[in-house]
Amino acid sequence: MIELREVHKGFGAKKVLQGVNLTIPRGESMVVIGGSGTGKSVLLKCVLGLMTPDAGTILLDGEDVARAERDAFLARFGMLFQGGALFDSLPVWQNVAFRLLRGSLARPRDEAREIAIEKLRRVGLKPDVADLFPAELSGGMQKRVGLARAIAAEPEIIFFDEPTTGLDPIMAGVINELIREIVVEMGATAMTITHDMSSVRAISDKVAMLHEGVIQWTGPVADLDASGDPYVAQFINGSADGPIEAVR
Amino acid sequence: MILTTPLAAIGRSTLALLATIGRVTLFALSALSHILRPPFYPREFGTALLNIGWFSLPVVGLTAIFTGGALALQIYAGGQRFSAEAVVPQIVAIGMVRELGPVLVGLMIAARVTSSIAAEIATMKVTEQIDALVTLSTHPMKYLTAPRVLAAVITVPVLVGIGDIIGIWGGFLVGTGQLGFAPGTYIQNTWDFLETPDVVSSLVKGAVFGFIAAVMGCYHGMNSGRGAQGVGRATKSSVEAAAILILAANFLLTNMFFSS
Repeated sequence: MIELREVHKGFGAKKVLQGVNLTIPRGESMVVIGGSGTGKSVLLKCVLGLMTPDAGTILLDGEDVARAERDAFLARFGMLFQGGALFDSLPVWQNVAFRLLRGSLARPRDEAREIAIEKLRRVGLKPDVADLFPAELSGGMQKRVGLARAIAAEPEIIFFDEPTTGLDPIMAGVINELIREIVVEMGATAMTITHDMSSVRAISDKVAMLHEGVIQWTGPVADLDASGDPYVAQFINGSADGPIEAVR
Repeated sequence: MILTTPLAAIGRSTLALLATIGRVTLFALSALSHILRPPFYPREFGTALLNIGWFSLPVVGLTAIFTGGALALQIYAGGQRFSAEAVVPQIVAIGMVRELGPVLVGLMIAARVTSSIAAEIATMKVTEQIDALVTLSTHPMKYLTAPRVLAAVITVPVLVGIGDIIGIWGGFLVGTGQLGFAPGTYIQNTWDFLETPDVVSSLVKGAVFGFIAAVMGCYHGMNSGRGAQGVGRATKSSVEAAAILILAANFLLTNMFFSS
């Protein structure tokens, strides 16, 4: 469904992506792991068109995303941002229903609110949260609202950017479970970037490790512990010794 | 080498300045084109009208009334030197409408509105809210910039008109209460002396200054650096740029309207 071919992206002299090749089949949950600053977020933003690759091709269902009609392309995606990226000026329900209140997916206001409350309920939030503003919510609640917004328009593809960053282990576990349930329930294709190994094991069907601008290893999550790749082994064990330099 | 280093520095600065002018110009043209093309966001436009127009009224009113009063005192004191105290109503009117009204309102809008727009959009940028807008199929120029620029172009001339009136009223209060002018004569002299081009120039200046103020806020917000420092720098730069451009535009517009 999503295919990256020789994708390169740099910022000045710094080459972040140096020929990324990755395929995510339909309905599969792919988790991209890698250390901080290895370009995981850049990779995700290149797929979404938030950044333009310097070279290479990104295909969605065989079509080059650079030539795709933007609105139709983006309508297929939902995205959970690292910090939630909720709109401060809007109450929670309008954040969740943002896409349903405007543009090609616009619906009557009452119907959009109903859907927003239903999605909030799906991520474990009560309807009375709907009229609060994002600043009135805890970090975990903001993540849940972000998740509700990502699934509000029932997208085919959902991206998760560091979904458990900044959360306590229990809340991280709750979010991981929610993501897994929702992805399976919706039959969506998912791409998650994280360096949280509990997320990797909870969310993924397949894992890809990004290091030094290329996919170092990719395979089913079941093979992760026995990958035989020294980079993967060092990363999942959190060891300071190994081929990945501790000081970057 | 020693001789070429300063030249190279001047060259680099000149190129950087030209590049910035180019980027700002393209941004302003893009903002204009998004104002004219759907989709439109009436709710955001309404909010911008309130924030830029309605909530700026107190600061504009207070600035204008004190300036009008001070202007009357200055003209009276200066006029006494050559027995021209009687021109206070006329000079207050022309001074407020042609120059002080639009410029002071423009600068107050730069301080109040440009800074607020830049800080809000820059914060949205550093917290990935602008990326979120894009992924939700919403063009940030249409959703954030176009409503604010249009609202500023519409409301700032109105604020300038109100500022002109309140400024003249400030002069009237001082003139009649402190300087001994008869109220009827003061109003008559003000009314007789003002001409249509004075008022038109004032309102045109207001529209141009509103456009500059909103575009600078949006441009610096959208191009903010990372973190709190990035937001702070964007806010500061937006106000500086807006204030300087407003004063430069004021000179050009004054030249255009009154040089003959």
